[in-house]
Amino acid sequence: MKKTSTFLAVAALLSSTAVVSAETLKWARAGDALTLDPHSQNEGPSHTMRHQMYEPLIIRDTSGAFVPTLATDWAPSADNPNVWVFNLREGVKFHDGADFTAEDVVFSFERAKQPNSDMKELIGSITAVRAVGDHTVEIETDGPNPILPSNLTNLFMMDKGWTEANNTVNVQDFEGGEITYATTNVNGTGAYRLVSREPDVKTVMVRNEEYWGRNDFPMEVSKIVYTPIQNAATRVAALLSGEVNFLQDMPVQDLARVDGTDGLTVKQAPQNRVIFFGMNQGADDLEADNVDGKNPLADVRVRKAMSMAINRDAIRQVVMRGQSQPAGMIAPPFVNGWTAAMDGESSTDLEGAKALMAEAGYGEGFSIRLDCPNDRYINDEPICQAAVGMLGQIGITVNLDAIPKAQHFPKITDSKTDFYMLGWGVPTYDSEYIFNFLVHGRESDIGTWNGTGFNNADVNAKIKSLASNTDLDARNADIAAIWRVVQDEQLYVPIHHQVLNWGMSDSVGIEVDPEDQPRVKYFTMK
Amino acid sequence: MTDQPISAQQEQQSATPSRLRRALDSDFYYAFRRSPVAMVSAAVSLLLILSAIFAPLIATTNPFDPTSLNLMNGFTPPMAPNAFTGETFLMGTDDQGRDVFSTILYGMRISLFVGFAAVLFAVVLGIFLGLLAGYFGGWIDSFIMRTADVQLTFPSILVAMLIFGIAKGITPIEHRDQMAIWVLILAIGLSDWVQFARVVRGATLVEKNKDYVSAARLIGRRPSTIMLRHILPNILSPVLVIATISLALAIIAEATLSFLGVGAPPTQPSLGTLIRIGQGYLFSGEWWILFFPACTLLALALSVNMLGDWLRDVLNPRLK
Repeated sequence: MKKTSTFLAVAALLSSTAVVSAETLKWARAGDALTLDPHSQNEGPSHTMRHQMYEPLIIRDTSGAFVPTLATDWAPSADNPNVWVFNLREGVKFHDGADFTAEDVVFSFERAKQPNSDMKELIGSITAVRAVGDHTVEIETDGPNPILPSNLTNLFMMDKGWTEANNTVNVQDFEGGEITYATTNVNGTGAYRLVSREPDVKTVMVRNEEYWGRNDFPMEVSKIVYTPIQNAATRVAALLSGEVNFLQDMPVQDLARVDGTDGLTVKQAPQNRVIFFGMNQGADDLEADNVDGKNPLADVRVRKAMSMAINRDAIRQVVMRGQSQPAGMIAPPFVNGWTAAMDGESSTDLEGAKALMAEAGYGEGFSIRLDCPNDRYINDEPICQAAVGMLGQIGITVNLDAIPKAQHFPKITDSKTDFYMLGWGVPTYDSEYIFNFLVHGRESDIGTWNGTGFNNADVNAKIKSLASNTDLDARNADIAAIWRVVQDEQLYVPIHHQVLNWGMSDSVGIEVDPEDQPRVKYFTMK
Repeated sequence: MTDQPISAQQEQQSATPSRLRRALDSDFYYAFRRSPVAMVSAAVSLLLILSAIFAPLIATTNPFDPTSLNLMNGFTPPMAPNAFTGETFLMGTDDQGRDVFSTILYGMRISLFVGFAAVLFAVVLGIFLGLLAGYFGGWIDSFIMRTADVQLTFPSILVAMLIFGIAKGITPIEHRDQMAIWVLILAIGLSDWVQFARVVRGATLVEKNKDYVSAARLIGRRPSTIMLRHILPNILSPVLVIATISLALAIIAEATLSFLGVGAPPTQPSLGTLIRIGQGYLFSGEWWILFFPACTLLALALSVNMLGDWLRDVLNPRLK
């Protein structure tokens, strides 16, 4: 009700307020960054927030091509096939005025390799990072690594001096609930500086006038006000009323309404993100089920039956209103290793699913808890609710526990869930990234998001070898072979690839990024 | 044992019921039949309560059975065939393909059950603590009433949310769905006992100095007997009035908690849960998911509240 009155009041004033606040990007989405610590939580919205203030050596543009950022150029070393040489941009300063040098890069890589870091899987092949002079670094890997630059697009550079002075060298223990200086303070090289932050309430950033690329990028936004709004209707109301002028996580039911409103636009693109369910097949007995002494999910027939019970087309038509593409594998179509054939391998077959359940000895069904986030993916909770009904049709009674992502994700990384929803985007555009996090057996520095308990020595060895395989054909053959295992094992139940919708006021100019990573320095404002 | 206490007791017993009966027999019915508001409220309340009780007979589907749902039925407008399945629903369907009419009937059961049980819990607790405080006085009185004062400084919905949060934290997740209803009752009941305790304490203070209580004490009756057998029947009518009004408030409190997403589980929607689901689809024009549950909640809470108001006027004009 309050929103309605605000809407009416602001609608009357819309033209005048739009002029006054033209340079402020009032930005909202469903959830907040989990933390500002650059090396904790490899998670989309957290990276999005960091990308405004911190920078990696390289970023990607909306087509997926590399864009030099803190590195100006990079190439494999002529002397040693295991070494990449990165030349750093000169004259770059951190927000506190300190110079950005090779020493900071060495420090940031070391920090990102710490046990608490969530970025360590991406740089697991790196054995040493050396500063050669002030503006050159050599990165040595345990074998030739042709795709190393792909892994660095979310690896943010911190200032060694600032980090040490503020006693925040160690990456926070996120699962343990630790808060450190770096979780709430920022000293990056990025185009925007942090002004204030109240987690889950509001984060304010202002333009960094000293930014190295001040004249190379539009940078027309002078101030960013970022507000997480979990409730979908409130979020849309905020956009309609002009309270915000840029909206991620557009509710699919309101696309037509927003697009049809004068002064507002919806921009759309397929997203590099797949949504799926994980099942704990590794445990002897599950915490979250009603079967004693054995684990129903350990039986591949049960996992296949669960996949066959999911009616992906109904989810697309009704829950997603057409804004998704049903998936048969957990790789988005952007990714090297994706094939149309594997992505078409999921089908709905209730009778077949029931037969498989009976064959596996669970003809009477069983009950299990499904852990689901409610502020992360598009319609995450309604999808889980729909799955409850669909799995119920084959006798599986599902108790749904839908909670905010800040509590949901630690359950997966801490093995506290047996059946969960997860979404995965692939910033490297290569299957190795998926394998490293989701398929390799869980160890301290690899497989950290693999909550399935799957741990196959052959597959693990194949995944490890991908990093240093320079023969691209052989490498792609290995990737295909690993996918075959993942598919045959039904390691995950894929649901769909998301379609991305950004809602914005006509005054805001930006193209949709398939990784859902808006970078405000590219925004234009009318 | 002599004759005197027995006769005193008899006198006491015969005095109370006759007063109640007199109210029921004459004034009460007279007032009821003279008040259109009371009659309409009673009829609406009765209709809603009966349809909730007989929901399985009236409802066309069982919305709490996830296996009976067909997602393709989702977002069907009222009285119009679904584009995919061709099925038609009186009040349309929600985002999961649940028939809104059936869901309202089943959801109302949760709302009413939670409302009644929570009020009963609050009444029992409030009477118990209020009698103790009023009868014994001293530090017991101070302790109970100061606790009540402290609780009164917090809005009751906040207290309920706090209790709900703690209870949710300590119940194992596997049992959370089954426990959610009981936790709701506990949370709303605990947030609501204060007003009963205060009224009962006040009335007890007045009653305990009356001759019949002194007499009972004189002959050596135990304090528990005096409180329950002698004082309590004399102070019940204000309690009944507050309880009726509290029922409407408890139904609303349950809806509020469920609307905020901390009440009934999403797979067993109560009226509040339905309204929460529905408000997400207001901008896109699927008004029926919110509209019908909201109207039902309004009718239910309003009729019970009006009935309570009328009861208050009739039974206890001093409370006005």
